[in-house]
Amino acid sequence: MATVSYKDATRIYPGSDHPAVDRLNLEIGDGEFMVLVGPSGCGKSTSLRMLAGLEEVNEGNIFIGDRDVTDLPPKDRDIAMVFQNYALYPHMTVADNMGFALKMQNVPKAERQQRVLEAAKLLGLEDFLNRRPKALSGGQRQRVAMGRAIVRQPHVFLMDEPLSNLDAKLRVSTRTQIAALQARLGVTTVYVTHDQVEAMTMGHRVAVMKDGILQQVDSPLTLYDKPANLFVAGFIGSPAMNLISGKVVDGGVQIGDYVVPVPREVLAKAEGEQNLTLGIRPEAFHVDEAGIAVDVSVVEDLGADIYLYATLAGTSDEAKITAQQIVARLSTRHPAGQNRVRLGVDPASIHVFSNESQLRIS
Amino acid sequence: MPRFVSTTPDSRLLPFPWDTPLADWPVELLVALPRGLSRHVVRFIQVGHSVYAAKEVVEHLAVHEYRLLTDLYRLDTPSVEPVGIITERRDRAGNLLDPILLTRHLEFSLPYRSLFTPGVRQETVSRLLDAMVVLIARLHLIGFKWGDVSLSNILFRRDAGDFAAYLVDAETGELHTGLSDGQREQDLEIARTNLYGDFLDLQAGGLLLPPLDPITLVDTVTTRYHELWQELTGVEEFSGSEMDRIEGRVRRLNALGFDVAEMDIQTDAGSSKIRIQPKVVDAGHHQRRLMRLTGLDTEENQARRLLNDLDTYRFRMGLSHVDEAVVAHRWLTEVFEPVMQQVPQQLRAKREPAQLFHEVLDYRWYGSQREHREMPMIEAAQGYVRDVLEALPDEAMSREALLPVGPTERLVNPYDPSQGYVEEGEQPPHDPWEDEVDDSPVPSGFLDIAALRAKAADTGEGSGATR
Repeated sequence: MATVSYKDATRIYPGSDHPAVDRLNLEIGDGEFMVLVGPSGCGKSTSLRMLAGLEEVNEGNIFIGDRDVTDLPPKDRDIAMVFQNYALYPHMTVADNMGFALKMQNVPKAERQQRVLEAAKLLGLEDFLNRRPKALSGGQRQRVAMGRAIVRQPHVFLMDEPLSNLDAKLRVSTRTQIAALQARLGVTTVYVTHDQVEAMTMGHRVAVMKDGILQQVDSPLTLYDKPANLFVAGFIGSPAMNLISGKVVDGGVQIGDYVVPVPREVLAKAEGEQNLTLGIRPEAFHVDEAGIAVDVSVVEDLGADIYLYATLAGTSDEAKITAQQIVARLSTRHPAGQNRVRLGVDPASIHVFSNESQLRIS
Repeated sequence: MPRFVSTTPDSRLLPFPWDTPLADWPVELLVALPRGLSRHVVRFIQVGHSVYAAKEVVEHLAVHEYRLLTDLYRLDTPSVEPVGIITERRDRAGNLLDPILLTRHLEFSLPYRSLFTPGVRQETVSRLLDAMVVLIARLHLIGFKWGDVSLSNILFRRDAGDFAAYLVDAETGELHTGLSDGQREQDLEIARTNLYGDFLDLQAGGLLLPPLDPITLVDTVTTRYHELWQELTGVEEFSGSEMDRIEGRVRRLNALGFDVAEMDIQTDAGSSKIRIQPKVVDAGHHQRRLMRLTGLDTEENQARRLLNDLDTYRFRMGLSHVDEAVVAHRWLTEVFEPVMQQVPQQLRAKREPAQLFHEVLDYRWYGSQREHREMPMIEAAQGYVRDVLEALPDEAMSREALLPVGPTERLVNPYDPSQGYVEEGEQPPHDPWEDEVDDSPVPSGFLDIAALRAKAADTGEGSGATR
């Protein structure tokens, strides 16, 4: 078991004028499931590869436990890249398919068998151990591949977009299985994905990155409930948080003809700014006489809830094509035929961001 | 209507059943060629006179691999030629199917399963490993990290007495401007693990004869890779009186089949030490020379053998003073082509021309030794066709996979060795995990925040906002 720490870890690719990973500071606890997430090019995979020893660390250090691994070759770091190798060997039993790498490392036979058996129990593959992998389903093959990493008993598991080559259904079930297994094994895990839903459902904590810079690292719910800046606010959540810019007026921020109340002490934090951005999650809206006026373009009925897609009231038809879309998830039925509605928000559910610093001020 | 992305459009592809999952394609469209294991559905399809490998794979991987193969192909790396991608496939019910990546089947290629058959000589295995090591080093030189070196992802072609290895799967590959030592080491570590598994599997199937030991084979790959890499890129230091060591290094690299395009030479002002390091080395030294002189496109060792014959011809005909290109033209019309003309049309699919020429040279050498006279080339060619070529299997399109691999083994699906072998009368054990999978909800891209809150409440994890 081990902790992982990045201390000012920086990676600059030769010929590039800005770092791919810029002074990353991240502490990953023993047994923690940490997910690195962000859009393409944000530095998440580079960060993982620095930990794996595949990318040079130009500045700063990386520790596994108390050991500075910054300059250690990959094989001496006691890490396992999961799903590195999926191929199942048809002539070998499932047990041999899982344990063959241990044989290469000269692990004694009895210990090999023991480790394979333990992994198989965890993976529900006990009854398959003496069979050949013929006709295993896609999910079972995934589990054998996981077993290969588990039997190595590494200090840290690394997974780089492990589900990206699976179909949607298998992706969801494997996601659940990986999370459950990690919980049972308690091995520190660093997992990279571009998919925020995957990140939020799997990670104990999620580190959001953009342009090589760590934006926020927190539990999934904190990221959702208290995004630190506009980027995290827009990135986390599906459908995304509505981010609406409005003019600062006495007692709040004006959106159309309605003033969304914002406490005075919050407004005071952005003194001198004429406009602020309000962040409102789709489910924080309700239909209300006092609220932001919007023109409804599409209503999607999901049974219990409806999704309302709209634009701010008064947007011309031409402008609507490019105008910001407002998404609301309502538990009440949408009054039929009504094109203009007002959407109210509970003040506690409003996130306020400075347009200048992009930071949360509420 | 599916969408075809290709740099070389081919209208013959249009009528194929793109609305059917590849695994369900009718057998009459398929060709059962030997191949390695794959985690995706892969089939060979006959398109006119060509055979293409079709791989069904999720879109971003298909696009990634197509682009990488295109780059590798342009960089003249030994790899399969990409043909195109078919995207936006829908079945008859309108459901989206994964795209298909098409690559051209490498003619005269031999997958490892047809090479490692019982009776394979240790020497042959050693040559296969050498070919593999050269391929990995060549890829590393151009900055390509393979990420999945395995026997299944390599095809072999005969190359005079040796083999040339080709990359067939670039799915996990990454092309960088250069590779760090860590990246190369990891690639090698993956290679070690995968190859060890491949060899153990061959052993379990009775295809690896006893003197061949998986761990020794794998160690050989690592050692030879390091030796080759050291020769290709290592720093050498010597005193100023040993200037011939520069030329020696270049010659050694040439002998290994590499050209030195740039050599870094540093002299130390304070001492007489000289430090050299090859900076840019290109594979295919003999290949390029032969191509420039004769237009023949061959493997490296075939080129070496043909060039030797060309040099011998020049010496023997007393043409040392004549321009090399002129000599090469005469050799081509007076030696090479007449030999090829001795091969009947119907036997030409058995060997590539350069390989055939190499084998005729061997035949002539043994014949001359036996009969204590110098056998003329035409006579040797005729003898080779009669005694050797007639009996050889067709290698342009080898169909050995149709034969059972082990003594009692039968493939579940002759078009897909990855599915393994038939085991009679056994029911698979019950797997409760699979039941869970079937009951799982239809996946959606929406974030179910209510479920997350419920889970956090269960496990006692709170949100910063609610604390």
